[in-house]
Amino acid sequence: MGLIARALEAAGIATVCLSSARSITESVGVPRAVYLDYPLGQTAGRAHDFAEQASVLESACRGFEDIRQPGSIVDLKLQWSADDDWKDVVMRPSPPHDGKTLPTEHQRLAGDQRTARHATPQYQHPADADAADPECTSCVFLAPDEQASS
Amino acid sequence: MAPRPPVDYIERTKSLYSSLGHRPYAWVSNTGDYPWQPIRKALGASKLGVVASGGIYRHGQVAFHHKDDVSYRRIPVNTPIAELRTTHFAYDLSAARKDPNAVLPLDALNNLVASARIRALASNALTFMGGIYSSRKVRDVLAPAIVAEMQKEAVDLALLIPV
Repeated sequence: MGLIARALEAAGIATVCLSSARSITESVGVPRAVYLDYPLGQTAGRAHDFAEQASVLESACRGFEDIRQPGSIVDLKLQWSADDDWKDVVMRPSPPHDGKTLPTEHQRLAGDQRTARHATPQYQHPADADAADPECTSCVFLAPDEQASS
Repeated sequence: MAPRPPVDYIERTKSLYSSLGHRPYAWVSNTGDYPWQPIRKALGASKLGVVASGGIYRHGQVAFHHKDDVSYRRIPVNTPIAELRTTHFAYDLSAARKDPNAVLPLDALNNLVASARIRALASNALTFMGGIYSSRKVRDVLAPAIVAEMQKEAVDLALLIPV
């Protein structure tokens, strides 16, 4: 997303990029960023917490207004859990799981969580596949090689 | 308890993926050099575009596939949250599937307009599925298309929401 922020800025559109991965935001070089120190998957605030989501957006608005130094990252003062233990396990080798009980949050976050990279559309619900319009005009499919060479 | 330092995802992906026998991913590095567009208008007079990379699609749209998909979806900003879906190969979707606002906060975005914090939203949010391993495809194909959409919508500002 940082590359898109940079392209927009270069085209004259000011950006604020939310982030929950500070090192990646620093590395890509994002012009204005607002950092939420949460596990990946809720960059705009906790599920079903409208007040928190609104406060994250208000911080983004202030980012537009207040950031003067390119590359600034504003750190939000929100903490995911009192002990921050989730930070020990994300993308670290998984703890063993017996396969019978529900996985704990730690077992859910640890290890290589990536699923197989299928080349066909991956629907959340089977009913979405039935409802999908193959002529979908709001779906924009870009042809990488044609575009890159034109 | 005092917060601990942020997780260094670059270091973790390098060590986890190499422990699995994969080649380390080459993260883009642009440190110290930033394109920069100063703010031209007050926020209350500005139109805001929104781009989100959490693999969000709307019921009725074609979902993303998981192999360097560089397509994107236009999601009208007045879409009911219950019609949003998420798909992604690389992040824990449980929060996003409970409440898609966690990755595309349409309710709070519309509230920015209702409370006159901003003048307007672009009529469509643009969504794609991050984790595109080819930074060349993002730079040469996806980014120019998103810039063109934002220019067509005549936005002043853009909010970007990665996962």
